[in-house]
Amino acid sequence: MNMQVELFDNKIEKDISIEPKDWMPDAYRKTLIRQIGQHAHSEVVGMLPEGNWITRAPTLKRKAVLLAKVQDEAGHGLYLYSAAETLGADRDDMMDKLVAGRMKYSSIFNYPTLTWADIAAIGWLVDGAAIVNQVALCRTSYGPYARAMVRICKEESFHQRQGFEAMMVLANGTPEQKAMAQDAVDRFWWPVLMMFGPNDDNSPNSALSMDWKIKLFSNDELRQKFVNNTVSQVLQLGLTIPDKDLTFNEETGNYEFGEINWDELFAVIAGKGPCNHERIEARRKAWEEGKWVRDSAAVYAQKQHANTQKAA
Amino acid sequence: MESKNNWSLYEVFIRSKQGLSHRHVGSLRAPDDEIALQNARDVYTRRNEGVSIWIVKSELITSSQPEEKPEFFEPSLDKVYRHPTFYQIPDGIEHI
Repeated sequence: MNMQVELFDNKIEKDISIEPKDWMPDAYRKTLIRQIGQHAHSEVVGMLPEGNWITRAPTLKRKAVLLAKVQDEAGHGLYLYSAAETLGADRDDMMDKLVAGRMKYSSIFNYPTLTWADIAAIGWLVDGAAIVNQVALCRTSYGPYARAMVRICKEESFHQRQGFEAMMVLANGTPEQKAMAQDAVDRFWWPVLMMFGPNDDNSPNSALSMDWKIKLFSNDELRQKFVNNTVSQVLQLGLTIPDKDLTFNEETGNYEFGEINWDELFAVIAGKGPCNHERIEARRKAWEEGKWVRDSAAVYAQKQHANTQKAA
Repeated sequence: MESKNNWSLYEVFIRSKQGLSHRHVGSLRAPDDEIALQNARDVYTRRNEGVSIWIVKSELITSSQPEEKPEFFEPSLDKVYRHPTFYQIPDGIEHI
């Protein structure tokens, strides 16, 4: 048993990927099932705020692009559920836990999409933040998770570009369009920064994840990287960032930003955000009302199988 | 909750273009082979990444055991004479 721990630790140290049937500590398996499962849930729940605008996209091009993005998110969820299953998780069990509130998803999806500009902001800022996190995870220690991340990163880059492009049109449009664009940035900026999680010194679970190289960069490091990437994009659109404390530090090369409202993040995580109930309700409804389809498909498959057995 | 109906787990292999072999790209859940194939197309080839798809029920795959890796693969480790670099051919001898 000790030798297995040694072999495992040795692989982690040497950056040798852990694969599905390899021995791993129970805690490693459990924390990965939780993280990958919640990542998968985030993709699928993330389809909801965007799906909200498919019927109201302003042009056929925007509608086709939004449909393609939402389809991608479904696919991303499926890649991640598959990765979680390689660890012994059960997909249906994870769905039950989500609906019961025992598994979570990214806090950002508990905010509403009030205008078309929100769709542009989500693609540009939310997916932009996700990309920073996911690029880092491409080298995570668990093989199937890392490979899913590589696949997802390739697909995610169009998500960010289409959002920025849509935002550009609004920012360069009529005064009303520009105001709508600014309003979206004002409402999404801070919740997007919160996507990276609590401050490092307030994140006790991070230590073990980093020892095991599940997590390769800290919350604060990733958040800083996102801010550095994005500030000039906002300014070049002719928009402003809703942070009066934002300053550029010449020495470090970092954009230093104001204090995040941690009460808001913890309230949203605890279920008290604007759309928590609505999101879970939508998932519960789809899951429970779709049961007859899953059951029928399974029964049909059994019948077909029985028929081919008989015929043989 | 009632018992899960447990759609089967399938592994998916895609040939991205003629000349290349099928590669494992992931897995999916489906009730039967036909739906598994359609789902594999929808999930794994949205950007035309495949000319051919194989789906195989995961339970039908036999795999080597990671913990037996040393014993199972050991004989190949010390047979350096299987590699061309083991052999010294003098300069001037061509096409070999």
